Amino acid sequence: MFTDHRFIKIGFADEQKLDIITKEGMINEPPIITMNRLNKLFAQDKKDLLSIYFTAGYPTLNSTIDIAEALEKAGADFLEIGFPYSDPLADGPTIQNSSQVALENGMNLNILFEQLAELRTKVTIPVILMGYANPMVQYGVERFCKKAAEVGVDGVIVPDLPMYEYEKLYSKYFIDNNLSNIILVTPQTSEERIRKIDELSNCFIYLLSSSTITGKSLQLCDVVDTYFKRIKDMALKNQTIVGFGISNRANYKKACEYNSGAIVGSAFVKYLGANKDYLAGIDDFIKEFKG
Amino acid sequence: MKYGVNELGYYGDFGGAYIPEMLYPNIEELRQQYLKITAEPEFIAEFDQLLKDYVGRPSPLYLAKRFSERYGANIFFKREDLNHTGSHKINNAIGQILLAQRLGKKRIIAETGAGQHGVATATVCALMGIECVVYMGEVDMERQAPNVARMKMLGATVVPAISGSKTLKDATNEAMRDWINNPVDTHYIIGSVVGPYPYPEMVARFQSIISLEAKKQLLEQTGKDLPEYVIACVGGGSNAMGMFYHFLDDEDVKLIAVEAAGKGVDSGHSAATSVLGCEGILHGSRTILMQTNDGQVIEPYSISAGLDYPGIGPQHAHLHKIKRAQYVSITDDEALQAGLLCSQLEGIIPAIETAHALAHLERMKFNPGDNVIICISGRGDKDLTTYINYFGF
Repeated sequence: MFTDHRFIKIGFADEQKLDIITKEGMINEPPIITMNRLNKLFAQDKKDLLSIYFTAGYPTLNSTIDIAEALEKAGADFLEIGFPYSDPLADGPTIQNSSQVALENGMNLNILFEQLAELRTKVTIPVILMGYANPMVQYGVERFCKKAAEVGVDGVIVPDLPMYEYEKLYSKYFIDNNLSNIILVTPQTSEERIRKIDELSNCFIYLLSSSTITGKSLQLCDVVDTYFKRIKDMALKNQTIVGFGISNRANYKKACEYNSGAIVGSAFVKYLGANKDYLAGIDDFIKEFKG
Repeated sequence: MKYGVNELGYYGDFGGAYIPEMLYPNIEELRQQYLKITAEPEFIAEFDQLLKDYVGRPSPLYLAKRFSERYGANIFFKREDLNHTGSHKINNAIGQILLAQRLGKKRIIAETGAGQHGVATATVCALMGIECVVYMGEVDMERQAPNVARMKMLGATVVPAISGSKTLKDATNEAMRDWINNPVDTHYIIGSVVGPYPYPEMVARFQSIISLEAKKQLLEQTGKDLPEYVIACVGGGSNAMGMFYHFLDDEDVKLIAVEAAGKGVDSGHSAATSVLGCEGILHGSRTILMQTNDGQVIEPYSISAGLDYPGIGPQHAHLHKIKRAQYVSITDDEALQAGLLCSQLEGIIPAIETAHALAHLERMKFNPGDNVIICISGRGDKDLTTYINYFGF
């Protein structure tokens, strides 16, 4: 039958070619002009760092600042604040739901930046924004980075922003505004790729406990030990923080054994959703992990 | 190819692979393997054999006489509705299942809107004895109930997508989340020319058999291999891309892609992405999508589940931007009327998706002797309830 023209061979950029492009780019050694709060925190080489994720505008539009303040008081070392998106691909039901509620509450980037400006007058620990590429691109990446830095944000995590596009199109805006771009690594990420991520990072690498969406508890087993150990043995220039699946003291401790700390997300968002007087219990929530 | 993909996975400004790191190894494996595998003689032989003996290809190119009289041109139907499982979706499903086998995958997931891609995927999984899980919006499961039953009968598990608008976009999100959670043993058969690179290109290639055949058939029937017009409906855009593929470089051939206007482009209930959308990122690629000023994806509307999608594939976004193809839209009412007309003039009950493409003929002015190929992407059996409710049969 008709076999001739369907699979016309086209050229692919092989790894080598991508490398050349990388080298022509500007970021093999990201210049750190001044240290942001995250850089300063990580320069202290602390152990057992605990970061908490929560979605801005959840459970109520104006809960963002109160929650951040309570978390700092309770002993969280840095914060990860989610800007909600309608289609959060990497998130499980808990964070999906919090995003949907936040959007229904009217949360958007303009409101969030206003809240963050006020938050900075009350909270001193580092703040990372986490969200998906489309809202950021729609806002304008340059404008986003400028505004984020202006209101006291220290780092950004965009799980669906590819490394190549980050490097070629957007890294200059992050660097100009002294924002750390935090990149994810999974158990399946190759050593070569991890090395490249290490080069592109200037703060910490976000180690996924397993290849999963958010909200699934990390199983403590040999595989996890092997994975954490493998990364530790690579002696990366950046420290590592474990996220996804950190829901109790046991898996927090396990993560801290090999890494600088861990991030609790879904477990905290679930807590916020389940407790009317959530501010009062935040101390206990943090104690549960930190002791 | 002038309008093809570049080495980084982009069609002009559109495409790429905007995926979380968890999916990187899967996408990278596909990117490195699919051209190699699909070029192997043994793969091509098995693909061709299945398309011929199992799907029933080549699908006929039929000169629709009464339609031709009505519109004053030679209207040819490319009969993808006659394929096994009743639509063009099977072409891609066959290609991807053969690929998945060669990648050593033990489990298949898919998203589906109208259910046609779900049925096609469930079918090829049954054929190959591979586990199949299909994600389908809860709303779509109701309006396409016969296809849900069909998938179950074929042995697939159908999982309702209950997030967001509970339609195709949400089914796609759920399928991607499944893939993140099962990265090693699972292959995701995306049903349209959407998603991270290399999916849009891979699906377009598997569907390009449509235009490859049509070109040859038109030559046999008319002595010319190029028509004046090629028309197809667009949700994500796989039948359109298959129908356009081998005509893209023939600049004299006018390509028309028909989107779903729903209750009207300005009604707030529409899926006319090229009119209502702007550039952004959806389901792993940079494309045109319907979104708010804040970059939140807008829930689309169309009576046709297969066109009820807030984006278009990145190659369509490119063809639209550089004006190689014309993008138009047709309302629910116009589509249903065209479906009825096709039933009664040609004895073919088309899928409501296809009926959108047919409806556009009403707006065209042809010159006598113009050859027009329209892709009859699917048959209307699955839509009988909708037709019956609308016309009160």
